[in-house]
Amino acid sequence: MTEAMFPLVEALQRKFGCQVQSMHAGREDEIYLVARDPDVRAIAEYLTDECDARLVTVFAEDRRSAEGVFFNYYVFERRGDTQYLMVRVPAPEGGLEFTSLSAKLPAVNWQEREIQDWFGLKAIGHPNPRKVALHDNWPDVHPLCKDFPIDTVLPPFEGERHLYRPALGEGVFQVPVGPVHAGIIEPGHFSFAVAGEPILYLQLRMFYTHKGTEKLFEKLPIHRAVFLAESISGDSSFSHGAAFCQAIERAARIEVPLTALVMRTILLELERICNHVGDIGAIANDVGFVVANAHASRLKETLFELNERLTGNRLLRGMVCPGGVRRIWNDGQLDLLRGTIDAFAVEFRDLIALVHSSESTQDRLERTGILRPEKAKDLGIVGVAGRASGIDLDVRRDHPYAAYRTYSFRVPVYQAGDVWHRMQVRIDEVNESLGIIRTAADHSLRGEFRAPVPAIPPDRCALSAVEGWRGEIIHWIRTGPDNHLERCKIKDPSLNNWPAVVEAVQGNIIADFPVINKSFNLSYSGTDR
Amino acid sequence: MFKILQKSIGAGIVTTAYPGAPAQISNHFRGRPSFDFEKWKDARTGAEVCPTGAISLGGNGDVRTVTVDYGLCVFCGLCAEASPDQAVRITQDFELATAERMNLVLTVEYTLNADGTHRQLRAVNRGFRNAGEDVENVGRKAREKIHKLLGRSLSIREVDAGSCNGCEVEIVALNNPIYDIERFGIHFVASPRHADMLLVTGPVTRNMELALLKTYRAMPEPKVVVAVGACGISGGIFGENYASLGGVDKVLPVDVYIPGCPPRPQALLHGILLAVGRLPERPYHEHAG
Ligand code: SF4
Repeated sequence: MTEAMFPLVEALQRKFGCQVQSMHAGREDEIYLVARDPDVRAIAEYLTDECDARLVTVFAEDRRSAEGVFFNYYVFERRGDTQYLMVRVPAPEGGLEFTSLSAKLPAVNWQEREIQDWFGLKAIGHPNPRKVALHDNWPDVHPLCKDFPIDTVLPPFEGERHLYRPALGEGVFQVPVGPVHAGIIEPGHFSFAVAGEPILYLQLRMFYTHKGTEKLFEKLPIHRAVFLAESISGDSSFSHGAAFCQAIERAARIEVPLTALVMRTILLELERICNHVGDIGAIANDVGFVVANAHASRLKETLFELNERLTGNRLLRGMVCPGGVRRIWNDGQLDLLRGTIDAFAVEFRDLIALVHSSESTQDRLERTGILRPEKAKDLGIVGVAGRASGIDLDVRRDHPYAAYRTYSFRVPVYQAGDVWHRMQVRIDEVNESLGIIRTAADHSLRGEFRAPVPAIPPDRCALSAVEGWRGEIIHWIRTGPDNHLERCKIKDPSLNNWPAVVEAVQGNIIADFPVINKSFNLSYSGTDR
Repeated sequence: MFKILQKSIGAGIVTTAYPGAPAQISNHFRGRPSFDFEKWKDARTGAEVCPTGAISLGGNGDVRTVTVDYGLCVFCGLCAEASPDQAVRITQDFELATAERMNLVLTVEYTLNADGTHRQLRAVNRGFRNAGEDVENVGRKAREKIHKLLGRSLSIREVDAGSCNGCEVEIVALNNPIYDIERFGIHFVASPRHADMLLVTGPVTRNMELALLKTYRAMPEPKVVVAVGACGISGGIFGENYASLGGVDKVLPVDVYIPGCPPRPQALLHGILLAVGRLPERPYHEHAG
């Protein structure tokens, strides 16, 4: 490891020399720094304030049996460096706690509370340390601790239900919505405080679909766990599946054949287009432009049919595997891909012309649900929602994976942060994705498409990142014995972005909530796992 | 306005003829795996690769019981890949919905060679074909009552009790111009009080159990419950754990099960119409033997 390659690490060592216990690179783009001091604040503040790094995610690991303590991991990245820097911090000897960063970095508010719930580690100094991932009425259990068996049958819940901040003041009402919503969507509870029509504030209660996913990753053998990864968030099946397989490949230290990397790139972009075109229609629909939605959903359907012909499944499931992809495409499939994409491009242009021609649609969407760039930065917003609010992040460009290094594409960024611009980001991205797919489909997709995956020794760690259609997906694994994992951390972009919804609805009328929520279109299952 | 009209006329009629005519489905689609039990030399390879335990083994001594549960299957095709002798083949069958959970389960018994491969087929229970008539009738009665009461209209309340949202993607697709479920007089409604059918996805999570029960109780009688997808039927890959209770029938009486991961829109349509007595169950077309 040459220091010149890791300017961040160099800076850290200069400043915090004695606190840095050791350092090693898992791969050249993944550096681990082991800190001695359980108080991580100084390092984190230095990285974020002075080095302009971003805290990507925080998670914990129960290492009591192997190393005597719990560890927290803080993942940082910085624009311009392809590396991820992982700061590994021990919990204090015998102590079940860690130092909270949420007061300074609101972006990790939920993630720190998740650690409290799942590991029983207290976040010291957290501004709102209430339960988040396990609901308030759960018994006192910490399911991700190694001594908690996954199949534990918990007694019926009798504890206190969640108490919302009361809505006080003359003419202020509380409007509870959910967890079962009016439409065909995932469950979550929203509590609005309204004064007349405008929303004063929104409180969220998520994790209704928590189904023990991270714990289950520790139980399933790796080849089965791929399918679990595909079920983290249904509309992002391929992105999560690919992120997981990438992590396995990194841990196994194998190279994936180029043909497979190109095919993955095509499928990742297809997933993006499917969801974006669906969302564009749904946003138009929510302000009454039903015809646009009919065309958009028809277009989405043509892509689902293509998905099926390329992978055997409309959601692209059962295609990605550790080492590459399970099947290669024949000429007929490749022709179909090119033909469908060309036809789609023409129709998509018409659709957007239609949407843009409707002044009433634009009028309803502009300046609705604004998320300001400063707020977006504080809250650590990623993906489509971030890019509409000035956050210039895209894993495909910043930490290239699959075959993205090969393709040039533009990352659209706007400052306005309203519903209209979240839609515009999607429109631009569809056009970029079409370009990527066209170029990629001209590769000669022949030869090897699946590298053999050897048995992976225990205790290999690997981080993998994918720009799903919503934004940054992170998987981190530690391998265990016998084709199993010790730990698998999943971070869906939705986890970052829920606070953005809370922020964006403030001051808007409650009738606009559906379209604002739709413009973020976050995954409840990805959040809750 | 003119542009809108022009666009719509240009697109023409796109709605599928299914179920009036057979569904046009690509031969790349992975539907039900079909098993030639006579030919299957060794179920161990299938059980080993199957991600959800849809193929499971039991028995002792020189007898092996093999259970195939389409209610757990995610249609990944790995069992067929692991059976080079073509004893397991992926078909395009998708009309798997049934009123009886046991109709989705096949059990087979083999005597074994010394090396653990199959020697001889002893007994086969083919799910659908062995389904008891009586049990069938009970379910049918409730469905016919609904059909009689409501004629051709049906209101559905959808509840995600913990799914990954994959099933919702396909349920939403039922409303697109291709599948256009409203042409059958079927509507998705916002309130359980207006609903005749509860369409439930997901393994039921501990955190959703109460909300699901409350929604069910809020519905007027008569009502039918349809469990969607591998997770809705059996818990799927999530199974039962500290946070997941498993399939919908752990919490509510289920009238119809629709396998798939997720079930494609035509499969959902078949299951929904089956649940109100407007389409029959379709027995599997098994290999001979
Ligand atoms: S197709 Fe179904 S039975 Fe076969 S391996 Fe996959 S999940 Fe198991």
